[in-house]
Amino acid sequence: MKYQPVIGLEVHVQLKTDTKIFCGCSTQFGAEPNSQTCPVCLGLPGALPVLNKKVVEFAIKAGLSTNCSITPRSIFARKNYFYPDLPKGYQISQFEDPICQRGWLDIPVEGQENKRIGITRIHMEEDAGKLVHGELSGPGDGSGVDLNRACTPLLEVVSEPDLRSSDEAVIYLKQLHQIVTWLGICDGNMEEGSFRCDANVSVMPVGSDTLGTRAEIKNVNSFKFVKQAIEYEIQRQIDLIEDGGTIVQETRLFDPNSGTTRSMRSKEEAHDYRYFPDPDLVPLVISNEWVERSRQKLPELPGQRQQRFIDDLGLPRYDAEVLTASRALADYFEAGVAAGGNAKAVGNWIMGEITRALNDRGTSIETCPVTPVQLAQLLKLIDTGTISGKIAKTVFDEMWQSGKAPQTIVEEQGLLQVSDISAIESIINDIMAANAGQVEEYRGGKEKVFGFFVGQVMKASKGKANPTVVNELLLNKLKG
Amino acid sequence: MNIFDMTIHELHAALKGKQISSREATVAMLDRIETIEPQVGSFITVTSEQALTAAKSADERIARGECHLLTGIPMAIKDIFLTEGIRTTCGSRILNNFIPPYSASSWEKLRDRGAVLLGKLNQDEFAMGSSNESSAFGITRNPWDTTCIPGGSSGGSAAAVAARQAIATLGTDTGGSIRQPASHCGCVGLKPTYGRVSRYGVIAYASSLDQVGPLTRDVADCAAMLEAIAGHDPRDSTSVNTAVPDYTATLKGGVKGLKIGLPKEYYIEGLDPDVQRAMDAAIETYRRLGAEFVDISLPHTDYAVATYYLIATAEASSNLARYDGVRFGHRAEADGLLDMYAKSRSEGFGTEVKRRIMLGTYALSSGYYDAYYVKAQKVRTLIMNDFIAAFADVDVLLTPVAPTPAFKIGEKINDPLQMYLSDIFTIPVNLAGTCAMSLPAGFSASGLPIGLQLIGKPFGEETVLRAGYAFEQATEWHLRKAAI
Repeated sequence: MKYQPVIGLEVHVQLKTDTKIFCGCSTQFGAEPNSQTCPVCLGLPGALPVLNKKVVEFAIKAGLSTNCSITPRSIFARKNYFYPDLPKGYQISQFEDPICQRGWLDIPVEGQENKRIGITRIHMEEDAGKLVHGELSGPGDGSGVDLNRACTPLLEVVSEPDLRSSDEAVIYLKQLHQIVTWLGICDGNMEEGSFRCDANVSVMPVGSDTLGTRAEIKNVNSFKFVKQAIEYEIQRQIDLIEDGGTIVQETRLFDPNSGTTRSMRSKEEAHDYRYFPDPDLVPLVISNEWVERSRQKLPELPGQRQQRFIDDLGLPRYDAEVLTASRALADYFEAGVAAGGNAKAVGNWIMGEITRALNDRGTSIETCPVTPVQLAQLLKLIDTGTISGKIAKTVFDEMWQSGKAPQTIVEEQGLLQVSDISAIESIINDIMAANAGQVEEYRGGKEKVFGFFVGQVMKASKGKANPTVVNELLLNKLKG
Repeated sequence: MNIFDMTIHELHAALKGKQISSREATVAMLDRIETIEPQVGSFITVTSEQALTAAKSADERIARGECHLLTGIPMAIKDIFLTEGIRTTCGSRILNNFIPPYSASSWEKLRDRGAVLLGKLNQDEFAMGSSNESSAFGITRNPWDTTCIPGGSSGGSAAAVAARQAIATLGTDTGGSIRQPASHCGCVGLKPTYGRVSRYGVIAYASSLDQVGPLTRDVADCAAMLEAIAGHDPRDSTSVNTAVPDYTATLKGGVKGLKIGLPKEYYIEGLDPDVQRAMDAAIETYRRLGAEFVDISLPHTDYAVATYYLIATAEASSNLARYDGVRFGHRAEADGLLDMYAKSRSEGFGTEVKRRIMLGTYALSSGYYDAYYVKAQKVRTLIMNDFIAAFADVDVLLTPVAPTPAFKIGEKINDPLQMYLSDIFTIPVNLAGTCAMSLPAGFSASGLPIGLQLIGKPFGEETVLRAGYAFEQATEWHLRKAAI
């Protein structure tokens, strides 16, 4: 029998606010354990949460960018369970009436037009702390609790079970990742857990309209692992059904070392979280004006920008996609075009030389030492024939090193392209005199030797000779 | 006149006039506490040293001419208020060793005005109780009759005022926990409107109902204390940002033409005859003072106690989850995490607290949530609407505080349902979120104090205090002192 996988994703997006969601402590990653805490995030008796407005603004941005409606009156709820990294014994989250509801993302799927993936809801919540095992400085080898991360703001983005393959899941996830980093509300760092994902996976016979029993897979923290975990889980469920077994509703943990999932807890062992509205927080009222203000301030989103690059700047789709991988990259590109660079050429340079240089140095476009304006200037020097494309690469390296303008470098190092016919003729004469044998070969019909002469002339001119002029003159001279 | 018999206003005059120093007053109170405490048990912790230090700096302030009404006044507060560096137990074994790193907003406000802290007062464990018998630190006795309970949960706060162990105290009121002990101990106790006083640094029992308020010898002191602790606190999202009126300035406005409602559901057959008589007399007094009476109805009163015991316990079950032995408080010797949770909490919490955690956990459980918690919230709205409708016609309501005077120690401790009914007239006010005050209105045949309750509109504390002051001026109940 053929099986149809059905997948929904729950993504936790850690928000890039300076302070925590319900207190004023810093959210900086990697500080001394428990150094970024206060009575509120330690869950001390008597402490009360106060909502960080920035978190609400970020949530609204995320909602509007994923086509959600913003709930006019949303409610915080307590999710009750015991765990040592959860200081209050409950997590402040949202249950009924989350801040964003009923949105969608359109993802490109091979062989069809965009596919619409529903977003059920986006809600705000606080993160828990983390446990540290066996590396305590104090006596004993017990476990410790670091509450620096406790109360860090998160958005949970819950999709509809609209995804049908691991590939679709990854495309959706990448698009969501791109949006939240593009908006500047999340640093997108999956290794540090700033963007993490749980996957709900089930299978059903192709053609069926009854969903199978699902397993929730936790701890899938890279795009690669998402694909791996989902594929493993799909096959596991199919094998189980084929062997006459039944899928049980359970939570499973992905093990990145083995690429497998294993059972964490069954439905019977599932927590009863006893959600109820948090009486310490008043309902969050968001006016239409607030929503509209946010909408006005929303940046052009990656999808919209891609389309504009295609429609207005004539870029191929592939280039437009690459150039909108991040907002900074797209901004760089547009600044280069605005400074007079030809769109296609600016794009090629960014995707070629600049990306290569950035990768070599392990840095990102935000800290690129060559400004977009300088790049445009460099391209102009090529266009006007002032320098050759080959020399331009040397100039680019020098720009990267010194930060100087391309014109200055060209002048200082005497890299101006030579188009002066008499100067090139004199070089050609010398070369032909020194290689009489090859001249004879060419004249005897071995036209391949032409390339040898071009190379020699360019070498002798240190690459500065205008290749077009060289070609023309050589051809005339060799033909005698 | 003994220093310990004074009101805030009397002692303030003496401090300001330099007849008495804060140090002298503080020493007098500490002596009094030492003498009386074995008979009453109002305190969990007496902070003699800190009190003398605070008195010294109060005296310095007074010498500099900075004498706020509360500067140098020796007070005590319920052990539910966090006090930086001073053990705070909430009457529970689970917080036996808890020394907070910060102080409650309401106490900070008193402290900043120069109030002197004598100590932390006994209470029902986690404010769950109506008799102060559920404290892990021993019972508190009623200063008027030490075989009787003082009421609860702010029993220590009321007993300390009645036994003249503190000039004034702070308590908290979730279902009557200020007003009922104030009534049983013959002092003035005010539960402000929800949101009027910050809850920051007050150990939570039921967050949507808890409110901080003063217990004092008379209404004028009560007004002064409220003025000091009221106001918006950015650290408490439920505290309301409306200006704090000058409660003292409007005290003497009288009650001529004031419309007082008498809710028929509060004058029931089971009402103790002494209490009924005290109410009748109070009504007469008000009539004489020019107030008008209107018979009204609060039709959903019958459901208040049940509603309260669902909402309060639901919130409590969650609020008390943080006492897990991980970061502070009692941690039992145990094998593994689950065992540590179970043992720490089993050993740390008393019977009544466990009962309410279980009730609340049940009410929030999947499959029961709608039938219990959600239903209770709906009834709460109906109860609120009862009050809104009543206040369309009247300015305040006059009711008894408790159906009976103080009962005997041990009388109801094994009968939770009977115990819960002690709060039948106070609980609806918390559910409605409005304000109410208990003030002395007579004595039973056996000499126990009886309080009357004035219920005001939301943020109507001015009217309640004004009406209370008028009654106090016309009567002498508040001047009687427990013979202890």
